[in-house]
Amino acid sequence: MNEPRHGGAEPDVAASPLIRMRDIRKVYDTGKIQVEALRDVALDVASGEFLAVVGPSGSGKSTLMNLIGCLDTPTAGSYELRGESVAGMNRAQLAEIRNRRIGFVFQSFNLIPQISTYENVEMPLLFGRVARRRRRERVEEVLARVGLADRMEHKPTELSGGQMQRAAIARALAMRPDILLADEPTGNLDSTSGGDIMDLFAQLWEQGHTMIVITHDTALSRRTSRRIELHDGRITSDLRNGA
Amino acid sequence: MTVRPWIVFQLFLRSSRVQKKRAILTVAAIAWGSLSLVLLLAFGEGLKRQLTRAQAGMGRDIAVLWPGETTMPWQGLPAGRPVRPRLEDVELVASRVEHLAGALGEMTDYRAPVTYGRKTVNVRLTGVSLPYGELRNHMARDGGRFFNVLDEGRRRRVIFLGWTLAEDLFGDEDPVGRTLLVANVPYLVVGVLVEKLQMGAYGGPDEDHAVIPITTFKTQFGRERLSNLVVGADGPEHMPQVLREVREVLAAKYGFDPEDERALPTWDTVESSAIMQNMLLGIQLFLGIIGGLTLFAGGIGVANIMYAVVKERTREIGVKMALGARSSWITGPLILEGLTYTLMGGALGLIMATGLIALLDALPTGGNEALEFLGKPTLSLPIALATAAILGLIGLLAAYFPARRAALVDPAETLRYE
Repeated sequence: MNEPRHGGAEPDVAASPLIRMRDIRKVYDTGKIQVEALRDVALDVASGEFLAVVGPSGSGKSTLMNLIGCLDTPTAGSYELRGESVAGMNRAQLAEIRNRRIGFVFQSFNLIPQISTYENVEMPLLFGRVARRRRRERVEEVLARVGLADRMEHKPTELSGGQMQRAAIARALAMRPDILLADEPTGNLDSTSGGDIMDLFAQLWEQGHTMIVITHDTALSRRTSRRIELHDGRITSDLRNGA
Repeated sequence: MTVRPWIVFQLFLRSSRVQKKRAILTVAAIAWGSLSLVLLLAFGEGLKRQLTRAQAGMGRDIAVLWPGETTMPWQGLPAGRPVRPRLEDVELVASRVEHLAGALGEMTDYRAPVTYGRKTVNVRLTGVSLPYGELRNHMARDGGRFFNVLDEGRRRRVIFLGWTLAEDLFGDEDPVGRTLLVANVPYLVVGVLVEKLQMGAYGGPDEDHAVIPITTFKTQFGRERLSNLVVGADGPEHMPQVLREVREVLAAKYGFDPEDERALPTWDTVESSAIMQNMLLGIQLFLGIIGGLTLFAGGIGVANIMYAVVKERTREIGVKMALGARSSWITGPLILEGLTYTLMGGALGLIMATGLIALLDALPTGGNEALEFLGKPTLSLPIALATAAILGLIGLLAAYFPARRAALVDPAETLRYE
């Protein structure tokens, strides 16, 4: 009866950051040469932040993104996601974490072309073993949120670029993840569609989502609450936008 | 980790499809392999059934004993004495030996002149005791009969003909009821042997010989000694015991060592049919291996297409992993896909094989002996089960290795380069 309820309202959870990275080092061993993609990275991200990660190519942005998204594990250092240490997890546990806590948005959308938008969005719910009726509710809900309620039965190939990215965002939101992780979400879009996606991101942030975006797009990074810059695998600046 | 078939199945339905042409070629390769396998096994089965039938043509579970000569001294008697059983020994054996289905004596004249009308031929003529009809599978054609107790008891001059001999002597005429001459003595034809496949024979095939009651033979030709003694066991498993007892009984009477094989040389058809059954099993295994290898080539086709699928879908697999798919949800649908190609091809091959076998069955063998002995390809439940098992195994293997490669896809790696 008196067990503490878990959730964002719990004071101790709110006090500790959503993401807590310390002394993160990532080395790619290609056999002949070792590439140090990240060195001594420390990063805290609180719940509700809208973080932009910028930097030239090869600076380690994608590596950082993969680590945060639990697609990869660091060579050294500690990473806690909601107080849970990720470093020592096996593949199945990482899959579980990705499914429940992370929503991915990719530059090239990565929708599966042969199945409908509805089925694409349903995919993570299937992996999360959500019951059939709940799946239907969730898919309809998130598709409505991104403005694609009337495109459910269309295949991705029948959608415009902006619509495809919206579908991908809906897919990322379906499991109600802790973090929305986006890699150049506007990179493949024209400026109008890109603008729409930025508006959608801003809207989601206002609704309370925690968002991390890797971007070259200054228009997008200007609308975030915080901006970190990477150079040669190190965080060289960490600015909070005055918005 | 629990496997959830339903999720696997749904994912299978939702994964992207392979190019049609490639899928069709793969399915065709499997169909061809299954067709070869099933046909080869069916030919093996047909051959086996036909040979088994042919072997039974001479009679089932019988052994034939000949007069011989001792090769071992026995109780003061030297080696090299002839052993020649007599007609009364048939009674002796029948009364002393257990598990006997029957015992019979034979006396043979290899060149008995048989005359009908103006035609005389030299015939292998055998005097036989009554159980001959049963033990040696001498069934009469419709309209005729084999000998009975009266024929034997009264030493009637009745004769039973092999079908080739009957045709040779009588042509299109029905021999039953006609009278012919055996060494100038008239005999009544009571029956003609129904045509049968016969593989084993001693003296010659049954189709061109003639048999008369052994009592009649003894009377006309004045013979006392048997040319052969034939015994039947009431089950193949009893044959060794039957033969041992027969030897003991006759050894006691004629004074020879029961262990002396040459005193009474024996042809045990149970033993030789066991050897042939093993040979046939070997042939079937051989055919099965050839068919299996053909099918295996089809399986390599499936593995090939599945490797290509994994390669093509690497990104899709990476995305699914990023969305939280576990390894089994990546491998499961792939294995299902490989199995689907295999089983589709297998079903197709089986349908074609069934059609071909039905077609071959409808073709006449036209009295061709080779074709008759090759028999008709026959499908049987074991063949169907073996084919299904081999197909399933090949499908699983062909899909497992590509699927395992898919499970090792590194999502970070595949998603890195946009």
